[in-house]
Amino acid sequence: MADPAIAQPYEWPSDDLTVIPDWVYTDETIYAREVERIFHGPTWNYVALEAEIATPGDYIRSNVGPTPVVVARAEDGSIAVVENRCMHRAAEFCRELSGTAKEFICPYHQWTYDLKGNLIGVPFRRGVAGKGGMPADFEPAEHGLRRLNVTTHCGVVFASYADGMEPFADYLGPEVLREFEATFDGRKLTLLGHYRHSLPGNWKLYHENLKDPYHATLLHTFLVTFGLLVAGNRSLMLTDASGRHGVMASAKSDARALTGDAKKEMRSFKEGMKLREARFMDFIEEFDSPWSVTMATIWPNLIVQREMNTLGIRQIVPTGPHEFIMKWTMFGFEGDDEAMRRHRLRQGNLMGPAGFLGLEDNEAIKFVQDGMRSVPGGEHLVKLDPKTPAGTADTLISEAAIRAMYRHWREAMEL
Amino acid sequence: MLTRDPAANDRRIEALLLHREIEEFNTAYAAALDEQRLDDWAEMFTEDAFYVVISRENADRNLPVGLIYCENKGMIHDRAFALKNTEMFAPRYLRHIVGNLQVLGEEPNGDIRARANYVVVQVLFDRPDAKLHQIGVYYDRFRRVDDRLKLAERRCVYDNLLVDNALCLPV
Repeated sequence: MADPAIAQPYEWPSDDLTVIPDWVYTDETIYAREVERIFHGPTWNYVALEAEIATPGDYIRSNVGPTPVVVARAEDGSIAVVENRCMHRAAEFCRELSGTAKEFICPYHQWTYDLKGNLIGVPFRRGVAGKGGMPADFEPAEHGLRRLNVTTHCGVVFASYADGMEPFADYLGPEVLREFEATFDGRKLTLLGHYRHSLPGNWKLYHENLKDPYHATLLHTFLVTFGLLVAGNRSLMLTDASGRHGVMASAKSDARALTGDAKKEMRSFKEGMKLREARFMDFIEEFDSPWSVTMATIWPNLIVQREMNTLGIRQIVPTGPHEFIMKWTMFGFEGDDEAMRRHRLRQGNLMGPAGFLGLEDNEAIKFVQDGMRSVPGGEHLVKLDPKTPAGTADTLISEAAIRAMYRHWREAMEL
Repeated sequence: MLTRDPAANDRRIEALLLHREIEEFNTAYAAALDEQRLDDWAEMFTEDAFYVVISRENADRNLPVGLIYCENKGMIHDRAFALKNTEMFAPRYLRHIVGNLQVLGEEPNGDIRARANYVVVQVLFDRPDAKLHQIGVYYDRFRRVDDRLKLAERRCVYDNLLVDNALCLPV
């Protein structure tokens, strides 16, 4: 009989989602269930941009949850997403970050797969001189790489372990889809580069940070000090009907529209705080959207960053309850002139592992995980904005989008 | 070792002095960052200096994105200013070690090209370990301004593609 003293109850502390127990972020069993039910479950996981695998034979390593996959463009132009794990002895056969290949050969025993993952070669399958080899009934067709379902939308590639997934547009819902398509507006993407870093925190904290507009003006002194986000900015914290996706949106204020009093207060706040090269924070209008900044959290592993003109994908790769890897893919558009390309690169100083905003988020997430690990049995409070129990909020001072995410999470996890 | 050819000796001595001067520059650069004297760090660049911290992955593929990307001294100064006055991160000690200096040659405008390996070790106050935070190569262009060397370009190309959480201070 199980000892009740050591049986973990996994009981939600209350029904209104305003209290989140620490075990959501720290427990190994919960993490394993998330991989099974969320990342390997009925979700569309970001894996690549089409621009990264433009030509047949191009491939890139990626992940679905923690699981390594290879995303390849086959000869017929279709995209295949396969597990990066040989069907023979499980070797993670593809070691380059990206490249071009005719086929994939596992280096261990040279089992060979085509670009769609079909097994096309087993050395010494019939043995040597009538001895050894695979059994006569071995069917290569039954031993192809494990293949995931694939969809693309506006040049972005997603994969799913689940069969019968709804189309990607339905998965996002109309409101989040509109913001997604405002960023991926049909112009061809050009790759500007990657960042990769490991964050010592639970992967969900990254979603929550971008569903928490409350922190933006408090943690990010840079935003307020240098006028990117000030009192009176228009903003919205959008969630889809399911609660799993979100978009944090804000519009840069026109300083001329501010009242004299507000200006005076801001000037005093900024006294002595002036950048020499403030132009890097200019917003050059290029999108059909009322917002100058949108941060879209696409469940479960994608963030689409449209921070004015610095654009990027952030892909979450969880590695356990206490750590995840973030892979950033920064991009511009074909047709960007040299001035625009440079502007995007300069503005990139805001984000990424060394960004004026990005580094603070990373530190804050680490602090949260540290706090939980040292105090067992704790809880988080997410009570802001009680008038919106869970869902879209029109005030920055709200945690309704975090509650909406946990409403969905509890359904998906059956907890 | 000196030879009987005075001109050759002069060239060799000049090369040694330049090598030594750049080593001293790099030592002073490391000290400024180790002591987090970021204003002093910013002053080690020319007005038109280019400074970038870029992964080897991006550099090898000619992709321009950098963790830090500064097109002139104004942006380098702003980085120093913002880190001092607006940025929140846990306190830490850093140790920059620079070595394997190679002076590569002179550009037509007189700028001196050089490269050196660097290592940055980071200590957080609540962890016992000094962690390897960055390892890479400085690709540099030095320029003599008022008889002192300054950096007209420093491209910090790092090998550790997977950065440990956040890069809070310059490299």
